[in-house]
Amino acid sequence: MFYRENGQFKTTYRADQQIFAITQDRVAVLLLIAAAFLVVPMVTSEYMFRAILIPFVIMSLAALGVNILVGYCGQISLGSGAFMAVGAYAAFNFFVRVDGMPVLLALLLGGICASAFGILFGLPSLRVKGLYLAVATLAAQFFSDWMFLRINWFTNNSTSGSVSVSNLQVLGYPIASPISKYLFCLTILVVLALLAKNLVRSAIGREWMAIRDMDVAAAVIGIRPMYAKLSAFAVSSFIIGVAGALWGFVHLGSWEPAAFSVDLSFKLLFMVIIGGMGSIMGSFFGAGFIVVLPIFLNRFLPFLGSLLGVEISTTAIAHSELIIFGTLIVWFLIAEPHGLAKLWSIGKQKLRLWPFPH
Amino acid sequence: MKIKHIALAALMASVGAGAFAQVKEQFFPVLTGRTGPVAPNATPWANGHNDYMKLVNARGGINGVKTLLEECETAYATDRGVECYERLKGKHGGATVFQPLSTGITFALTEKIPTDKIPIITSGYGRSDTADGGIFKWNFPLVGHYWVAGDTVLQHIANKAGGWDKLKGKKIAVIYHDSPFGKELLPIVEERSKMHGFSLQLLPVPAPGVEQKAVWLQVRKERPDYVVMQTWGVMTATAIKEAVATGYPREKMFGTWWSGAEPDLKDVGPSAKGYSAVMMQHGAEPQSDVVKEILAKVHDKGQGTGPKDEVGSVLYMRGVMGAMLAVEGVRSAQERFGKGNVMTGEQARWGYENLNLTQAKLDALGFKGVMRPISTSCSDHLGANWARVHTWDGSKFVWSSDWLHADEQIILPLVKASANKFAEQKKLTRRSGQDCQS
Repeated sequence: MFYRENGQFKTTYRADQQIFAITQDRVAVLLLIAAAFLVVPMVTSEYMFRAILIPFVIMSLAALGVNILVGYCGQISLGSGAFMAVGAYAAFNFFVRVDGMPVLLALLLGGICASAFGILFGLPSLRVKGLYLAVATLAAQFFSDWMFLRINWFTNNSTSGSVSVSNLQVLGYPIASPISKYLFCLTILVVLALLAKNLVRSAIGREWMAIRDMDVAAAVIGIRPMYAKLSAFAVSSFIIGVAGALWGFVHLGSWEPAAFSVDLSFKLLFMVIIGGMGSIMGSFFGAGFIVVLPIFLNRFLPFLGSLLGVEISTTAIAHSELIIFGTLIVWFLIAEPHGLAKLWSIGKQKLRLWPFPH
Repeated sequence: MKIKHIALAALMASVGAGAFAQVKEQFFPVLTGRTGPVAPNATPWANGHNDYMKLVNARGGINGVKTLLEECETAYATDRGVECYERLKGKHGGATVFQPLSTGITFALTEKIPTDKIPIITSGYGRSDTADGGIFKWNFPLVGHYWVAGDTVLQHIANKAGGWDKLKGKKIAVIYHDSPFGKELLPIVEERSKMHGFSLQLLPVPAPGVEQKAVWLQVRKERPDYVVMQTWGVMTATAIKEAVATGYPREKMFGTWWSGAEPDLKDVGPSAKGYSAVMMQHGAEPQSDVVKEILAKVHDKGQGTGPKDEVGSVLYMRGVMGAMLAVEGVRSAQERFGKGNVMTGEQARWGYENLNLTQAKLDALGFKGVMRPISTSCSDHLGANWARVHTWDGSKFVWSSDWLHADEQIILPLVKASANKFAEQKKLTRRSGQDCQS
């Protein structure tokens, strides 16, 4: 009743081509962004910021990057952790080696380095496909693990191999308090997400999807596979690299190569699969599922236990967290193989017909 | 769904805050690794820590203030450790001190604690340069760090060989976990190798340390005279098994502090006989007074945290020692800020910095024969650098060396140089004498 486009006539191409063609969508997204910027900082605690919201925002950004490559271009990658690591270490090197380097520029340069690294390790995609490509991109992961552990130059010759940054400032404002960190990450996320959303609707986005759906057919109609695949690697690695730099700079503050291990690559891939391949919205759902749910379970189980009057041991909580989490993944994939984003669009479809379904 | 999570989390947080009762309680958060790659080793640590805290309460608390515990599981992962820290730091009136039991988490927390004003104790792990209290105001590597362990293990090897000069021209292999934890050992062995002219063979093993075939092949090829191991968790057991398979004599293998505990060697049993590890003061102490007291006042009352048969084992004792240091720091802070009061993290920090545990005090606490005196100061956050070596006899550890004293002449310059480099990078200045009084 409230959510339908009846009566919204488009009189220009411009109006027809905007990101959110339906007025209600546009208003809802604007309200959501406004709430994230204005309401959330007023109502949440420091713990929520540091432990949940900041990791969620950064991981959403990373999942968005992975989604461009895996979901839109169909190139399965297990090197996402490596792209994050390259982004983080490159930004670190720019930041400490160049005097007076602004944080924002360091982050972007980190993203560009990750982008170059992504193109390099995307080259096998021109020859191998599917699961074989996943194995080939795994090489990126092992290479980056090796590189940042062995080559002391990248860690500014720190004896332990652990690096850290501090005194972050953007345009004179210190990025130290949880709120400023959150807003900083959120701003970058919103900007990059809007760019990505536009990019996947543009000619190049359509090329990616054509390659994903059938690369031979795409080549026949004149899409250059090399250009399409490598541009997907470049854009995706750039976003992942910026997310990696944020993860190191803003969330951890001090990190070692293990922070970007193969575990993280798998997690990012799961975020995309569970959230929904080929959907910007899905990246957020996936990140929420993988980042927030374990912590929520970990906190909810003792609470549940105390309601029932039993004390659950730390070990039992840790194990049941994994069991429930795993079960939920299986259940979601059976119930909705196309991910949480599909549930979202089904919901929207139903809402359109409500209250008079056929 | 997300909003629901947030609402529930907020609800739980408020419930948690509401539970803070009128009884005077000092909150000690416990970051545990009861699951994950180091679970067999981190579990006894947490059990020992919690048992000692219960014992403190059975003894009447810290001048009447009871200890309060809450665990949070990190599974040895840095990001979960950070989440746990954020979760616990403000609970129950504020955390007193954190003991992360992971070098990765220590590095991450070192960035956060100065703003939150909460000290951390990292006995035997973490950053070695944090012994310099002039730069690292909130870090306390009490009792020892990797460089103390590395120096004493080399001293022991030198003693066995018949003096430092006998090591000239020898080859020592270092098998280490390829992470900050493993690499922290290297500066001291490199320094010693330069001083005494022995050559080093550095053999990194990727985390978690179960793939060591290639490394032991190199050991077989090069036949080093001694092997020093900086290993933890499953990695130690794997190394010993590989040594057995390679035929490398266990008598020439020496572990550092985290590499010599029962869970690693139980499976290998008799074939690990002869393997030694350096212990910063305590080892397995089933006969000590504090263990007897824990058995009588905690376990016999049915309040023991873990299984009874692990009480007194190496890592259990390390947990007991960690808890004792955490409590004694608060006691020393109470001397200044008011006996019988609950200390804030900031006040407790002063306590850790002005710790003076004499032998008489330690004996009274039941640590006779377990530990030597510890005294810290503004510039020295280490407190003591004694160690001894114990050797596996096939079923248990027995002491095999006298007390060893790490050489301050070598370690202090290393600590200072590293701390200064850190300060330079962070644009920090050394604490003034006035700051030391606060």
